Amino acid sequence: MARLDLDLAHSYKANPQSDEDYALLPLKMCFEDGGAYALLGPSGCGKTTLLNIISGLIRPSQGSVHFGGNEVTNKTPQARNIAQVFQFPVIYDTMTVADNLAFPLRNRGVAPAQIKQRVGQIAEMLELSAQLDSPASGLAADAKQKISLGRGLVRSDVSAVLFDEPLTVIDPHLKWKLRRTLKQIHRELKLTFIYVTHDQVEALTFAEQVVVMTRGRVVQVGSADALFERPKHTFVGHFIGSPGMNFLPVQCRDGNLQVSGVALTLPLSPSQEILNAGQVTLGIRPEYVTLVEKDAPGALPVTVSQVLDIGAYWLINSFLGNSVVRARLSGDTPVPQVGDTVWLKVISEHTCYYKNEELLI
Amino acid sequence: MSSSMKPVNQKAWLLILPVIICVAFSAILPLMTVVNYSVQDIISPERTVYVGTEWFKQVMRDEELHSALLRQILFSLAVLLIEIPLGIALALSMPAQGWKASAVLVLVAISLLIPWNVVGTIWQIYGRTDIGLLGVALDKLGIEYSYTGSARDAWLTVLIMDVWHWTPLVALLCYAGLRAIPNAYYQAAQIDGASKLAIFRYIQLPKLRGVLMIAVLLRFMDSFMIYTEPFVLTGGGPGNATTFLSQYLTQKAVGQFDLGPAAAFSLIYFLIILLLCFILYNWMQQLGQQTRTEDIHE
Repeated sequence: MARLDLDLAHSYKANPQSDEDYALLPLKMCFEDGGAYALLGPSGCGKTTLLNIISGLIRPSQGSVHFGGNEVTNKTPQARNIAQVFQFPVIYDTMTVADNLAFPLRNRGVAPAQIKQRVGQIAEMLELSAQLDSPASGLAADAKQKISLGRGLVRSDVSAVLFDEPLTVIDPHLKWKLRRTLKQIHRELKLTFIYVTHDQVEALTFAEQVVVMTRGRVVQVGSADALFERPKHTFVGHFIGSPGMNFLPVQCRDGNLQVSGVALTLPLSPSQEILNAGQVTLGIRPEYVTLVEKDAPGALPVTVSQVLDIGAYWLINSFLGNSVVRARLSGDTPVPQVGDTVWLKVISEHTCYYKNEELLI
Repeated sequence: MSSSMKPVNQKAWLLILPVIICVAFSAILPLMTVVNYSVQDIISPERTVYVGTEWFKQVMRDEELHSALLRQILFSLAVLLIEIPLGIALALSMPAQGWKASAVLVLVAISLLIPWNVVGTIWQIYGRTDIGLLGVALDKLGIEYSYTGSARDAWLTVLIMDVWHWTPLVALLCYAGLRAIPNAYYQAAQIDGASKLAIFRYIQLPKLRGVLMIAVLLRFMDSFMIYTEPFVLTGGGPGNATTFLSQYLTQKAVGQFDLGPAAAFSLIYFLIILLLCFILYNWMQQLGQQTRTEDIHE
C-alpha cells in the first residue's frame, strides 16, 4: 500500500512530433493511498494506457512512476506488487474457482492456511463460495469475471488494484450489484482502487475522485459534485451529465454580456475579470436553465425545436440563433409547444465561463 | 420443444446421397476390391478359389508380422515421445512477430516441403561413412556407425530422419495455437506473479490441447504408415531391423505376389490404425477432463 505518483508522458511512436502522436500528454498526478479513483473518458482517450503504465505492463516513454516515494518506472508488475482486472474475464481453465483465486497467493509463496482463509473471505464477498470447488471453465461470463475480480482482490498487500472496464461483460442488473459489492470491498479492504470506465454513472457512483480524460490529457480531477457543478474544461461539462452542459458564445464588452446579439441585464453579475474577457463561452447545465417571463431580467428568447417526455421531467431542445439550448424542466411546469418562442434564464450562480475551453476563475 | 416432437422425414437421405456416392467411389468401392482379394486364392485371373477366412488366420499366425507390428508400435511411440515435446519446445522458442518470425517460419517449414523419397536419399548420403557429412563426422569422432550394418544404427537413423522431417509440423501447429492465445492471459499471469513454468502449465498447455490432439493423431497415423523413407534408406534392413508394417505388406503383395494374404493383412492394418486412433483420441479427450477433476480433489 502506497501513494502513487505519476509524472510522465507516453507515445507509442518512436519519435513523437506533435501532440497527436502522444497517447498520453505530459501529466503529473498522484493517487492517495486507500482512495477510490475512476479514470473516465471516451474510448481512445488514453485511460487504459495510463492504467497499464501504473501496473507496469507498459513503460512510459518519458518521465517516472513512484510508489510510496520509490521509483518503479522500470519495474515489472510482479515487482510493483499490483493487481489488475481486465475488461474480459481471464481465468485459468484447468483450475477450480478456488485454485484460480489462490493462484496469485501461491505464486508468492503465501502459507496454505492463510491462502485458504483469504480465498474464503474473497469468495464470500463476491458470492462465489458455493462454486469454490467447481471447475472454472464451465461457468458463465459474469461468474468468470467475478473470479478475475477475486484474483485482483485476493492479495491484501498490493500497492493498488486496477480495474480496466471490468463490468463490460456483465448484465446491467448485475452491474449495479457488483459495483456496490466493489464499493463495499473497498471500504473493508482499504486498498487503493483505480477504475477505468467510459460510463459516467459507473465512475461517479464508484469513485471518490474522478479523473476525466480526453485525447491523452487529464482535464479534471474531482469529486462527482465538482465535476457536475464546476467543470474545469468544456469537455467535462459536455461529457458529464445527461444531457451535457449547454455552451453559448458570449461577447463581453464594456462590462456587458451579449449572447447571440441579445444584451443581458444581469441579476447576478459575474466578476470584472469575466466582463473584460472578450469572446468567452458560457456554460450552463440543462438542470439549471429555467423558464422565465418575457421581461424578466436575463431572459433569452429561444425557439423550441423538440420536447421530450423523460418520465419525471421534460427535456426541451431549443435554438438561440445557431446555438442549441437544452433545458430540463420538472414535470409540473406548463410545457411549451414545438415552434413556440419561450424565455429562458441562463445566468445564475451555476453559470460557468470558459475561455479556450478552460474555466475562467 | 422436445426432440420427440421432431417429425421423421426420410427425404433427408436424399440430401446426403451425393456424399454417399462420393465416398463410395473414393473409399468404399476400392476397399471392396481388397476385401474381395482377401477371401480368395487367385491362382490365375481365370482360376480363383474362395477360401473364406483362411488368409486372415494365416496372417495372424505370422511371426514376421508380429515382430513387424511390435517394431512399428515402438517406432510410432518413439516418434510421438520425441516429436511432440520437441515441437512444443520449438514453437515456444520461435519469435512471435516481425521479420524474424517470418524467416524462422520459412526455415522451419523447409523439411516439410521435401518429398519423402528425397528425404530418404538425403539421409542415405548424409549417413554414409565415405562421403556423408554425418557418417564421416561420426567416423572421425571414433564412433562406429553404419546404418547398413548395425540394426541399432539403422533404427536410430530412421527415427532421427523422421524427427527431422516431421517435428516442424508439430512446431507449426503449436505455433499457430500459441499465437491464438489472447495477450490478456499473459498480462494477467504477469500480474498474478506466475513463473514461466506456471504460464506454460496453466495457460499455454491447456490452450494448446486442441492443436496437440491434431498433432498427435497426424503424427501417429503418419508414422504408423511410414514406408518411403526407410525403403529408400535401408530397404527394411539390415535383416528385418527397419521392416515396418507397410514394408512387410509391400513385400507380400508386390514382392511375392501373395495377393490374398496381403489383402487380408491390409484390412487388419487398416483396423489397427482405426482402433489405435480411436483409443488415442478418447484417451486425450479424457486427459483434459481428468486434469479438471483432479484439480477439484486436490
